[in-house]
Amino acid sequence: MAAVDIPAPTERAVAAQAFLRRRWLKSRYGLVAPALIIIGLFGILPLLIMVVYSFLEAGQYGGVVWNFSTDAYLSFLFQRDIFDGTLVFSPDYLVIYVRSIFLAVATTVICLALGFPTAYFMATRPPAQRTLWVFLITIPFWSNLLVRTLAVMLIIRDEGVINDILLWLGLIDKPIVMLYTNFAVMLGLLYSFLPFMVLPIYASLEKMDFRLVEAGFDLYATRGKVLRRIIIPLAKPGIIAGCLLVFIPAIGAYVTPLILGGGKHLMIGALIALQFGTSRNWPLGSAQALILMVGVLVALLFYVRTTTGKAQALHG
Amino acid sequence: MASPAITDTAGLSDTIRAPQKPRKFLDLKYQPGFGTIAICCMVLLYAPILVLTIFSFNGGDSVTRWGGFGLNWYVTAFQNEGFHHAALTTLKITITATIVSTLVATSAALATTRTRRWPGQNTAFVVINLPLMVPEIITAVASLSFFALIASVAHISFGLGNLILVHTVFCIPFAYLPIRARLEDMDLTLEQAAADLYATPWQAFRRVTLPLLMPGISAGAALAFIVSFDDFTITQLVAGPGQTTLPLFIWDHTRLPLTPEINAMSTILLGVSIVFVTLSFVIARRRKA
Repeated sequence: MAAVDIPAPTERAVAAQAFLRRRWLKSRYGLVAPALIIIGLFGILPLLIMVVYSFLEAGQYGGVVWNFSTDAYLSFLFQRDIFDGTLVFSPDYLVIYVRSIFLAVATTVICLALGFPTAYFMATRPPAQRTLWVFLITIPFWSNLLVRTLAVMLIIRDEGVINDILLWLGLIDKPIVMLYTNFAVMLGLLYSFLPFMVLPIYASLEKMDFRLVEAGFDLYATRGKVLRRIIIPLAKPGIIAGCLLVFIPAIGAYVTPLILGGGKHLMIGALIALQFGTSRNWPLGSAQALILMVGVLVALLFYVRTTTGKAQALHG
Repeated sequence: MASPAITDTAGLSDTIRAPQKPRKFLDLKYQPGFGTIAICCMVLLYAPILVLTIFSFNGGDSVTRWGGFGLNWYVTAFQNEGFHHAALTTLKITITATIVSTLVATSAALATTRTRRWPGQNTAFVVINLPLMVPEIITAVASLSFFALIASVAHISFGLGNLILVHTVFCIPFAYLPIRARLEDMDLTLEQAAADLYATPWQAFRRVTLPLLMPGISAGAALAFIVSFDDFTITQLVAGPGQTTLPLFIWDHTRLPLTPEINAMSTILLGVSIVFVTLSFVIARRRKA
């Protein structure tokens, strides 16, 4: 460790450090302002406008009419009868929300089941190999999602590689339909977000103190018990972070259901986009986006609470 | 207290393993089946990309049936006027967004690491990272509503500026995080030395802090470049007529009968992503060692 060689700071160094910090402190607002102004004006203000839009009436050709209305929220559960204007329960949108939640949860669970062992395997390699593994996981993490999803499409199509191979082997005599099914969407989500699960778990396992594992074996724990009682609890922050990083983009996924689900298996993301596109119902789209946003915020708050609660428990 | 044998786990398991090939049941870190799963994950992650790339060199007409090696689809792609136009649009947006977001993120990172904690610092941190927490589709429709409102109320249209602004917003946190990480790792003694040697604040920053910070800035800029270059969802909803970026151009092409031209164009995009990830990765790693 390099940290050992650094001498303790002298009094003079401490004073100089304080001087430097004061100097930066003077200009802090000026330095941070440009970022805050850009994000505030073009990132946060649009979100607020969307809140306003969700309480307006839809314009006939897209856009909004400036009359207050809660129709957008009501239509989430009810549909107005065309003849007498009464509200009738209609689960159409609810079904799409439930499907999205189900697909996102299933994706998160499978990502965890595959991602945890992968991260653990990576963390127990010698350092040089570790870097290579991290690099291999990082590349898909940052690669173009549209292109990656198209690549999956090319493989699972009726005329795709998988069906071609199975036909050639004579295992099937007509192609298995995989594209435009829930299976295809799940596979796409899993493929898209797996690296998001592996990297945070790896980060927490890499720092783990393996003496604890040794202690466990000394106390006659089996491999399974060491995994359950020592390794998994220690990796918990990484596991929670990974689950969130998979769940949040998966529930709002747009590209994957668009390409692999066709028009038949809508998820929330595509539904929202549809309201701003062909359906021309901006208030409804805004309301649905807000409902999704609230769900994501709840998940994030849950994350903050579990992680800070843990830190307090450790210190207190 | 901990004896050396207990403190050095790696060393201990090495001595156990030393005489023969590694014996799995003596390796404390071994868990059955984990290696197999790791390999499966790699196959899952790379098989589609590899198939896509291999068939971009297909001389035949099919996207997934081999018709001999040929570069003809790359030639077709490079001669495609639409592809040129999309590449130009993408570069205009991406380069502007990368430069602006990196500058802004660098100064914000200095303000949030180089000082004592100041009131509002946490809020600033949350605001800067907010674009990471909002699902893409929500950013997309919110920006669309916003620009539509500006256009209808104030009759202002920024043209390509709309896309540049939105891209800048979501690039800022990607540029900010590596720069901030670098600043937190940097030790202050060199800056102090500069101050001791009568460097003005500006000189100390220009000659000492900035060069040391450069790897962080390059890594951040590379990430900002990738996320802007690759963005599809937000761009698709915000883009006006004629504002076709490369991902949008590829998407439009999937509506036509599929030819390996789409593989060739996709492979080019993947190549650009991989080059920039590698750059960012290597820069961030090298300085750590």
